[in-house]
Amino acid sequence: MLTGMPLDGRIVHEFRSILGHSGVISSPEELHTYECDGLTNFRVMPCAVLLPTSTEQVQAIVHICHREKIPFVARGSGTGLSGGALPVENGIVLSLARMNRILEVDIPNARVVVEPGVINLDVTGRVQGHEYFYAPDPSSQSVCSIGGNVAENSGGAHCLKYGFTTTHVLGLEVVLPDGSLVHLGGKTLDTPGYDLAGVFVGSEGTLGVATKIILRIVKRPECVRTLLAAFPSTNEAGAAVSGIIAAGMLPAAIEMMDNLAIQAAEAAVHANYPDCGGLLLVELDGPVAEVEALLIHVEEISRSNGAWEIRVAQTDAERALVWKGRKAAFAAVGRISPNYIVQDGVIPRTALPQVMSEIERLSKENGLRVANVFHAGDGNLHPLVLYDRRIPGQEDAALALSFKILELCIAAGGSITGEHGVGEEKKSMMGKMFAEPDLATMQRVRCAFDPFQLSNPTKVFPTPRLCGEKPGEYVPHPLETAGLAERF
Amino acid sequence: MLNETENLFRGLLGSEAVHRTSPADAVSAVQPQFIVEPATEQQLAAALRLAHESKLAVIPRGGGTKLSWGNPPSRADLLLSTARLNRVLEHAWADLTVTIGAGCTIQTLQQTLAQHGQRLALDPLWPEKATVGGILSTNDSGALRLRFGALRDLIIGVTIALPDGTLASSGGKVVKNVAGYDLPKLATGALGTLGVITRAVFRLHPLPRNTRSFSVSAGHPDQAQKLVLAIQDSKLAHVALQIHFRAETPPSLDVLFEGPEAGLDAQATQLRSLCQSAGISEASPNVWNARQNLWPPPNSAAGVALGDSPEAFPLAIAKISILPADLAGTIALIRRAADSSHLRWKSLLYATGLGWLRLEGPAENVHHALISLRRNLEKSGGSLALLHRPAAFPAFDAWGTPADSLPLMQAVKRQLDPSHILNPGRFLSGL
Ligand SMILES: Cc1cc2nc3c(=O)[nH]c(=O)nc-3n(C[C@H](O)[C@H](O)[C@H](O)COP(=O)(O)OP(=O)(O)OC[C@H]3O[C@@H](n4cnc5c(N)ncnc54)[C@H](O)[C@@H]3O)c2cc1C
Repeated sequence: MLTGMPLDGRIVHEFRSILGHSGVISSPEELHTYECDGLTNFRVMPCAVLLPTSTEQVQAIVHICHREKIPFVARGSGTGLSGGALPVENGIVLSLARMNRILEVDIPNARVVVEPGVINLDVTGRVQGHEYFYAPDPSSQSVCSIGGNVAENSGGAHCLKYGFTTTHVLGLEVVLPDGSLVHLGGKTLDTPGYDLAGVFVGSEGTLGVATKIILRIVKRPECVRTLLAAFPSTNEAGAAVSGIIAAGMLPAAIEMMDNLAIQAAEAAVHANYPDCGGLLLVELDGPVAEVEALLIHVEEISRSNGAWEIRVAQTDAERALVWKGRKAAFAAVGRISPNYIVQDGVIPRTALPQVMSEIERLSKENGLRVANVFHAGDGNLHPLVLYDRRIPGQEDAALALSFKILELCIAAGGSITGEHGVGEEKKSMMGKMFAEPDLATMQRVRCAFDPFQLSNPTKVFPTPRLCGEKPGEYVPHPLETAGLAERF
Repeated sequence: MLNETENLFRGLLGSEAVHRTSPADAVSAVQPQFIVEPATEQQLAAALRLAHESKLAVIPRGGGTKLSWGNPPSRADLLLSTARLNRVLEHAWADLTVTIGAGCTIQTLQQTLAQHGQRLALDPLWPEKATVGGILSTNDSGALRLRFGALRDLIIGVTIALPDGTLASSGGKVVKNVAGYDLPKLATGALGTLGVITRAVFRLHPLPRNTRSFSVSAGHPDQAQKLVLAIQDSKLAHVALQIHFRAETPPSLDVLFEGPEAGLDAQATQLRSLCQSAGISEASPNVWNARQNLWPPPNSAAGVALGDSPEAFPLAIAKISILPADLAGTIALIRRAADSSHLRWKSLLYATGLGWLRLEGPAENVHHALISLRRNLEKSGGSLALLHRPAAFPAFDAWGTPADSLPLMQAVKRQLDPSHILNPGRFLSGL
């Protein structure tokens, strides 16, 4: 069963008795706010939006959903870019926004325990007095929630060195889709049994609702240096990235922007970037002596790959400005185009020049501009396909183009998503990246958590699967049979 | 009956891939009947399916170094060896990733990677024999975990064979990837109870340019605790930090640094000023063998499971997990439990809160001490897993008290191995 019946008054009443009047939103005007997330071209009106303030309330709600077989979609701040928090028809939205307390700060053990609605940046805010920080830093970190980060396994520029959300989540309290409460992982490492916390992180709300999260925090490094290098094109910049990695360095971040993205960032926040074909932003952190030595090395590698201007941010303010331009890049594209689609493909770093030239070709062929912002260190591309919704057919063409770019990523041995998730948007691409037995095995795991498919039921997987179905045996992937690829 | 089944496997894999076992193949004194050595992943999946249809209990085996970890199996019919899946399939050195067959040894892997100045940033036990599949299934990690994370943080893709013959991949070959569920993490540490790992993809790190190790002596556990917290709370960029505790001698700490020469000198100076009154000296890199040295020397002549010669060594080795700020308190608990049971003991703890404990003495006494120690550790959110047990040891579950998520774990198990043919009885609560 994928969708429930429209809510009847009796159930709304039951929700009100649990949450009070202010905890249940059911008027159409107010529901509009919740009909999409950051991916605005998909919209579905939920039956109701519920705003619990405690784990017990979440459990009570989910119990009812389970009893009545009402699908539910958890929602953090609604900044997701793949439609993860898009409501499902005849379902409810469970907003965790009011569960936003930081429950425990344990500096000696470098742990922080939070409710899911806590905003990412607020974790760092609470511990920076002790010179700690919460490492995963999505560009949306001033608004997105930890619960959303957990569901998406969000990344950020500094994940190159520090790891993604999953590295920093040690334990979870989860309300399962039948309303029961479980604890996965914990404050200590390697709790006995399966690593279900590892499975839950990145499961996009399809395995239950996280109501408490144990995070690891990191001591601030002794020093941070940020360098900007201007290259004639992204090819030279890409070669410099390879050079840096080949030299055995692991910078805190390596970001790249192409000319169109630079123009957009300049128009939006006047980051004072050099006007060039490929801009590299490299951040090194750690002990002073080490960082200073490596910085010289990065400068050399950049120059020998054709960088014609290199700047090192001299003050915290300069550094902040450099980052502001990068973090604002998505929104900034709004300055140079009425509409745009953000994609999130990943390629092996070495495939960058080839994939970039293919993107350029596709862009020309389709008459649509593509701006490129990457987490270059880990090969995560964010092509921004620019279009104008008012021109008939252009939105569809832009969407089609963005999917062709993802196919390039798959063909290069990469992934359809590095951090934004599959959600609603990319589920049709899952069958191109994975073979049927791969997806069936994931679905079996899902059936263990959610046999009635109530938790964000229509997302991630291209075709729903009934949990009673018997899985089939191994069938070769289409690419494999064609001799084009080994498994993966 | 045995012959019939054996012939089915011969038909499937070829006769050279099916052998009768010898007593040396016993798994914690349970004797499997035969070994199969599939040559490909597809063969392995087919063999697993045949075992499933024939209702045979399967013990996946890599290098055989940790087969005695966990509880003794409740049944063991077939050893499913990954020995022939031992190729380094692709070292994409410029992308810092490697795709590797589950049967490849860690030493072979590291040697291959070193040709391009790279490594899997992990220090597992017995690298010359331990295989990729084995270290993954047992989630084996050492001192480097402090900086580079555990296997869960290094694995980016996995292929597993399931009892119904499914061969399923998840993750991929790129470091950053959130498409689909993270099954590499599910397979890691599952002790081969959900599926048989046939290949893995890892992210890699460069080999360090230079390394330096230092030892710091601490007067007593409380001082060791203070030093650990001070170092952890400092801006030092150490990659490993371990503390030796023994019954008779005061504790000592080892700190490992990696990096460019200039950086290391500055780090050493900072460490000295941080440790002030404590005695500090440059140490040999051998101090990082301390974990492996807790085990008895491998019985390589017989080729049996390492450390599996309990007659000669009446000892137990347990892995413990606590919070980093509870190191000294834990040592007090260990000392009390060991003293009251008249045991010799030695413990190696890491700044991550993970550690190893070696107890020596009569089995009954060891048993008694472990029970009280586990109770106390679990009370404060920690855990104790018994890895190595003496012969004739009284009943003692290797893993401890499961969390409230046990029913969920059982549901996952039912989905992937519904008839419980994989390593039956060895893992937590019979998973
Ligand atoms: C301008 C901009 C920049 C961005 N930059 C980045 C970036 O650099 N890196 C990056 O990774 N992402 C980025 N994102 C995407 C987005 O911010 C992240 O995916 C973020 O983690 C979503 O958090 P949220 O609180 O808004 O979650 P939502 O959008 O509300 O939900 C996301 C998913 O999480 C699920 N969910 C939410 N809370 C819970 C819970 N408690 N339990 C279970 N499931 C839950 C939802 O069902 C949904 O599937 C960006 C978005 C924008 C708009």
